Amino acid sequence: MHGELTDTEIISRVLRGEQQLFAALVERYQNYVFTLVLRFTDNREDAEELSQDIFVKAYRSLADFRGESKFSTWLYTIVRTSCITFLRKKKLETTSIDNEKTFVQLENRESGFKANQVEIKSRQAMVNQAIALLSPDDAQIITLFYKGEQMLEEIGAIIGAEPNTVKVKLHRARQRLKDKMEKYFSHEVREIQGD
Amino acid sequence: MRYVKFRVTKKMPEEMDKWPELYTNTSTQNVMSEQQNIESRLWDYIDGVSNAEEKSAIEKLIESNLEWQRTYRELLETHQLMTSSELDAPSMRFTKNVMEEIAKYHVAPATSSYINKKIIWGVAAFFIIMIVGFLVYSFGQLNWANSNSSNIVSPNLDKLNWGKFLNNSYTNIFIMINVVLGLMLLDMYLTRKKKLLKKDF
Repeated sequence: MHGELTDTEIISRVLRGEQQLFAALVERYQNYVFTLVLRFTDNREDAEELSQDIFVKAYRSLADFRGESKFSTWLYTIVRTSCITFLRKKKLETTSIDNEKTFVQLENRESGFKANQVEIKSRQAMVNQAIALLSPDDAQIITLFYKGEQMLEEIGAIIGAEPNTVKVKLHRARQRLKDKMEKYFSHEVREIQGD
Repeated sequence: MRYVKFRVTKKMPEEMDKWPELYTNTSTQNVMSEQQNIESRLWDYIDGVSNAEEKSAIEKLIESNLEWQRTYRELLETHQLMTSSELDAPSMRFTKNVMEEIAKYHVAPATSSYINKKIIWGVAAFFIIMIVGFLVYSFGQLNWANSNSSNIVSPNLDKLNWGKFLNNSYTNIFIMINVVLGLMLLDMYLTRKKKLLKKDF
């Protein structure tokens, strides 16, 4: 319906009082936001509730969006801070992969995942399963780069790091993803290679 | 890891017998960092962030070097898998839920409209002046002529008369500056309020 309007146009009209136009932004970005949140929560119900809160927060703070970056970059910054607050509330440490609790969490994810391995039916499902096995930080950086249409500089603005640091983090995240796929999906990967 | 197998075969020095782990780790680390370097350069190439010179150099290496060729294929497969992954979608009612929720709220005024940068700069300036003032006074009390090489900074703290300092004209200057800043801010606030009242009527 509002497909032809740019994000900036929609925002300026929402700020002038056309509240219903915000639905266009929600429709445009809901899948990106939901996928990113899902990387942190690992639970669809929580992810949906948190995604909804993020859009409400974005709406309320819309006047603070100065248009210096893409709307998506600004929105993903809200996603990140909201997810970190959510995880803190759940008493989970999210700052580093080296954290012991994160390892315990990942181990639990991996053991739970093994039971569902037979359900993998497609290439997309396999990649999503492999990404779900990564730490929230790694999963987020990969999702932002490949699905969120964000450049290294923009990811840097979202996570508060220099582009070079983002590059290194992205390389490491991809390496870990590759390792996970080799460890858990070697059969599927071979099948894909044989396509 | 598989690339650990590529070991250095040239003759090691005698110390290797004493500390074999040290030598093994160092050479293994070298091989690993070389592999990491290959991967890092190849990821840049795949992501399209390499410059033209680097790009042609990598293309030549992929053509001529089997190790580069194998790593490139591996990374490209991972890249293609990641680009082919799909986004998750929330429930069908999601947009409706969000719109129902935001109907209860208004857009909050921009942070910049109620946070006055001049106040922040005023507070910062006050503290900087205070710190600089104290430093200048403290250094003024040091006896540079009597200090020897073993104890260059030997301030005689007993000499510092803080009571005198805090009661002298410096304090009055600081207070005056703050009073002036405060009056300026009050004036700005009142002017703005006046303008808003005029707009409303």
